[in-house]
Amino acid sequence: MTAVQVAAGWSVVAAALIVIGAAVAAGALDAAVDPRSRTVSLSARLLRPVWETSRLLLAQRRATTAADGLLASAGSVLPLLIALAMVAVVPLGDRVVAAPTVGLVWFNAMDVVLWIAWWLAGWGPNSVHPLVGGYRFLAQALAYELPLMFALTAPAVAAGSLSVPDIVTAQQQVWFVAQMPIAAAVFIGAVAAFSLWGPFAHPAGTDIAGGVLAEQPGPARLLVRLGQYALLVVGSAMAVALFFGGGAGPVLAPWAWTVIKTAVILAALVWLRHRIPVWRPEKLMRTAWLVVLPVTLLQLLAVSILTVAGAAA
Amino acid sequence: MSAAGIAVFAALAVIAVAAGIAVFVVDSMARATFALAMSFVAVGGELVLLTLAYLGVVTILMMVMEMAIMVIFMVMFMMNPAGLMPMSMLHNKRGALAISVGTFALLAAGALAVPWPARRGVVPAPAQTTRAAGEAIMGGQMPVMVGISAVLFATIVSALMLAVPHGRYDHAPRDARSPHDRGLHDNAGHDGTHHDGTHHDGTLHDGGDWR
Repeated sequence: MTAVQVAAGWSVVAAALIVIGAAVAAGALDAAVDPRSRTVSLSARLLRPVWETSRLLLAQRRATTAADGLLASAGSVLPLLIALAMVAVVPLGDRVVAAPTVGLVWFNAMDVVLWIAWWLAGWGPNSVHPLVGGYRFLAQALAYELPLMFALTAPAVAAGSLSVPDIVTAQQQVWFVAQMPIAAAVFIGAVAAFSLWGPFAHPAGTDIAGGVLAEQPGPARLLVRLGQYALLVVGSAMAVALFFGGGAGPVLAPWAWTVIKTAVILAALVWLRHRIPVWRPEKLMRTAWLVVLPVTLLQLLAVSILTVAGAAA
Repeated sequence: MSAAGIAVFAALAVIAVAAGIAVFVVDSMARATFALAMSFVAVGGELVLLTLAYLGVVTILMMVMEMAIMVIFMVMFMMNPAGLMPMSMLHNKRGALAISVGTFALLAAGALAVPWPARRGVVPAPAQTTRAAGEAIMGGQMPVMVGISAVLFATIVSALMLAVPHGRYDHAPRDARSPHDRGLHDNAGHDGTHHDGTHHDGTLHDGGDWR
């Protein structure tokens, strides 16, 4: 496998289009495997992104009293923008838009900006249910963020670098998922958590009328939904780069392997969405701090010992 | 630094100061909080331009998270916990203004007046600037600092585990809960379909798009 190289400047646009296209495909897959849509024909389900887009674009605008329009708009736009900012450091095969020395920290900083994004989406409309959803997200974020950070630390320690291309290169012998399966699982779980997905959808729960999504008028809701799927896509692609060898694989081109592996992780996340009950923040908090965090720290310790022993040998 | 670099640096500097001023001008707790976050993000950008990529990105990460944590304190301690009503962000107006302007003037004067040393040795490669900055600040004490950070974090986690044996909702005996609450609580116990045939097993699921 060749090393990951920085692609030409126009790749910014290409990366954005790929992410949005993959997000739409993930939306179609979600419709196809949604158990509540079994009565609808498969072709109609696969076209759900098209129906949903037209419905939301044509939906009547509604406004809440004394909403903070600026902050509410920021909350609607930020999830998609953050996904696009993240993808700059995520390699596709042997190409990447940008290869900063601290790409991993950049990804982490962008997922932290989601704290603000989801809270603003809840706070902006000046309405009870979104507000409850926004605060639920902060509680959830307190639970998943530290395990996520230590899960990100493990591949960085093993590769001895915060640069994503270096981490991909360090997996030429063996994929990191074999060395640090817990970190990989925690990372993929955190991707679902920061995307408000499946068991982590409590901030957008049906018990609070959709929470942070409740008062998003048509086009804003479209942006948020697109952002959610884009975050899942970028998170899955990052998991491939960090734990599943990036573009490594036989016969096919590196970009094809990245796409295949990303699609598998993404499909698993989408399939699990309606099949795992929602996890309330206080339960999540207890499990995250008393079980997941210590286990992730032990994983990091094991990785560190292996790395030091490997360097000494 | 190239001319474009200097232009970006100047723009970020203006954003940082303007957002800092906005903190005291806006009448909403949320806007003040995130104006402050934006100010720090601009400062993080300045650090990245000064080739301290790690410190710059970590500044953005820490400050954004800190502002979100402040929002949690807002709901805990404020009389208007949601922060939805317009309210003045100013307490001790004159004192605060004097302290802020004084600090700014002092730091700006310091930055301009200090005789900065000339660069000694070679410029480290981009990947080495983090290590170089760490060694310049901590020197031989770096292993101690790294050790202390692990101990501090372990202390925080253990203190939490000792201080909060139960969650907020865990005091009531199990049977006192409503069936709805139990359904939310137990992941097991899927007992068939709902009378209307929809996917409903007493648990809450991700909402989906059909709404």
